[in-house]
Amino acid sequence: MTALLLSRIQFAFTITFHIIFPSFTIGLAAWLTVLEALGLATGRPVYRVIFEFWLKIFGVAFGLGVVSGIVMAFQFGTNWSVLSKMSGPIQGPLLMFETFWAFMLEASFFGVLIFGRSRVPPWFYLFSTAMVALGTSISAFWIMVNNSWMQVPSGYVMENGAFVPNDWTKIIFNSVVWSRFPHMLLAAYLTGAFCVAATGAWYMLRKVYHAEARIMLRMGLGLAAVLMPIQLVFGHLVGGYVNTYQPSKMAAIEGRWNDEKPGSEVLFAWPDVENRRNVFAITLPPPFGSLIDSDSFTAAETGLNSIPKENWPPVVIPFFAFRIMVGCGLLMLGLAWLGSYLSYKHRLAYNRPLLWLTFFSFPLPFIAIITGWFTAEVGRQPWVVFGVLRTADAMTPFLTTQQATISLVIFCSVYAFIFLFGTFYIYRLIRTGPRKPLEMPHLAVPNRPMSLADDEPITEPHHFVAGE
Amino acid sequence: MVMFWVSLLAISILLYVLLDGVDLGVGLLFGLARGEARRGAMLSAVAPIWDGNETWLVITAVILWGAFPVVYASLLSAFYLPLIVMLLGLILRGVAFEFRYKTQRLRWVWDLSFAGGSLIATFIQGMTVGALVEGLQFTNGQYSGGEVGWLTPFAVLCGIGLCLGYALLGACWLAKKCEAEVREMAHRQIPVLAVGVLAFLVLVFAYALAEHLPILHRWIDRPYLFVFPAIGAVAASVLGLSILRHNDHWPFYMVALIFVSAFGTLALSFWPYMIPFVITIDEAASPRSSLAFMFWGCGVVVFPLMLIYTVISYTVFRGKVGPTAGYGHH
Repeated sequence: MTALLLSRIQFAFTITFHIIFPSFTIGLAAWLTVLEALGLATGRPVYRVIFEFWLKIFGVAFGLGVVSGIVMAFQFGTNWSVLSKMSGPIQGPLLMFETFWAFMLEASFFGVLIFGRSRVPPWFYLFSTAMVALGTSISAFWIMVNNSWMQVPSGYVMENGAFVPNDWTKIIFNSVVWSRFPHMLLAAYLTGAFCVAATGAWYMLRKVYHAEARIMLRMGLGLAAVLMPIQLVFGHLVGGYVNTYQPSKMAAIEGRWNDEKPGSEVLFAWPDVENRRNVFAITLPPPFGSLIDSDSFTAAETGLNSIPKENWPPVVIPFFAFRIMVGCGLLMLGLAWLGSYLSYKHRLAYNRPLLWLTFFSFPLPFIAIITGWFTAEVGRQPWVVFGVLRTADAMTPFLTTQQATISLVIFCSVYAFIFLFGTFYIYRLIRTGPRKPLEMPHLAVPNRPMSLADDEPITEPHHFVAGE
Repeated sequence: MVMFWVSLLAISILLYVLLDGVDLGVGLLFGLARGEARRGAMLSAVAPIWDGNETWLVITAVILWGAFPVVYASLLSAFYLPLIVMLLGLILRGVAFEFRYKTQRLRWVWDLSFAGGSLIATFIQGMTVGALVEGLQFTNGQYSGGEVGWLTPFAVLCGIGLCLGYALLGACWLAKKCEAEVREMAHRQIPVLAVGVLAFLVLVFAYALAEHLPILHRWIDRPYLFVFPAIGAVAASVLGLSILRHNDHWPFYMVALIFVSAFGTLALSFWPYMIPFVITIDEAASPRSSLAFMFWGCGVVVFPLMLIYTVISYTVFRGKVGPTAGYGHH
């Protein structure tokens, strides 16, 4: 193991761990805003019940996202100091926009969300919820701009060995960003939708919290049914940029070895990298490959053989990761449409097999997001800034194998520790389920008594500790 | 433009130290406190604000990266292991806020991770500043001090000093925010910690004299720098007075002022270097196109906005906290 490989594993591990939580909380924050608005508008207590329930889960997931995110702000400098020195003039400002526009907004209003219900008027509470949701989306936007620049660098000149920006509009407003950002945002919304629907299905199956479960199922599956086709369109657009700017990644994803005009489409195979061929291949004949990759019946498609081998990504990982992502997407589409149809016909509650399927569907969006990112990031190799700077040249030159080993081991152990407890606590919160909203007498200021807009509060004499 | 970003960097570091210093300090004292009632009240005093406080660390990191990439790259890679351990400390204490209320049986695990994480993070922050003051080894603009080049007695001393300093800040905050037992406990701790911090400052000064640290020459060259220690001395006397009067609020502001003066002293004695005697501010600065972009997009409007969010959240959670308010109640 070299320090380089260890550093790459460490970055992959920490960022994979991190992305799980934002992709969950971005969608959840938007859903909380909708619930709070519905609660205020209709005055129905059930929305408030669901809000308070998901807020607890949001709190845990958001906390894990924040603490694992702080690591990311430092890791470019610790392990990739050559990259951060060279691309600092571009990546630094982009991450600064993320931090300045999003983090403080999220952090401040998150405090209000968790602790401030009794201290602020209802409209300000709704506003705070919306601000947290806005913050999470803004954060996703700047991260996508930053990563897209690493995928397709633009708007810069090289000066004294550094990337010096000369056109920020090119860096921010380009088709790569504007296909990838919606793709990620939709993925996050779908994650939220499926987690909510799965929770509803679980309660239905257990015959508890019927009213809440029905709303969760209907809203979750309904949103997914609408968003999923849009997501497929954006996924196709993302494929378009890869085909245009990153032929090596595209060839790896498609398992395409030779140049073809028009191209065929490998549905499934085992890429035999050693002998530059596919075994056990199931292939659609031309022009399906060109149709899918280039929206054309006749376009030429590049194969790996016409790219120097030192510029190949590891073929197998993007090839399979991409197929897993698409597979999850199609499953989610089928589930969302079928479930929404049955729900519209008022038959979903009695269809236990479909409820079980919905319940077990919650990992699908997470798997899709992680494999999608694997496709994008491993497919970009051996470059860190595509076509310009190699990953191997970007590492801190004096980083030793020993240092990299120690840091990787402690990252893995601490993350495993908090992840196990975090998921267990989330599981237990979900298992316990929603309860009636609580008045919080200890937080109420004497001269500003609690004002609950939509519901008569149920006061409990003792404070309530979630999950106990 | 460069001056603008240096100022913003300085403000952000200072805000980080003052704000997160409070909740890290509370974390340190949390380890000494016994009983759920006390511990719950201590956590409640910082629970709504710690996340925002810690964000100033990220802000510091991205200002460094965006405006002074060379410094970001050099320092973070030089302090490789300590920084990563510090981050893990911050992670362990951060999750504890949520997790400790999710369990009864294993609450001690999260209490330990809260206090231990705070201790690790604080100690390392102090240690890195100490190592920076003493001077890191650089060859041709690249760090060459080896894996543990930062580990010196002086750096360790500074680590301990910052633990005392943050604990003092935390105790003053508890006196301000809490009532009854915790408030009394804080009032007992403040004088002890204050004496500890003063003793540390004297020790640092003596060490600097004895070792002829290069940073000291700047003091002889620039006598006007003594205005900051003078402010610190005034603040220390008012602090002493307010301790005698058992005031709840003055100690916090005075300790904050001592931190400001210590920070000012340090920053101005580095000037114009960013990494002392290796890289100057001008050498480290990003190209103009980056600085201007950040100035218009982040600096002029959004930075004040961030200050406003911070003020809003402190305003919403102003006043004393009740003994049982905390994370478990949402």
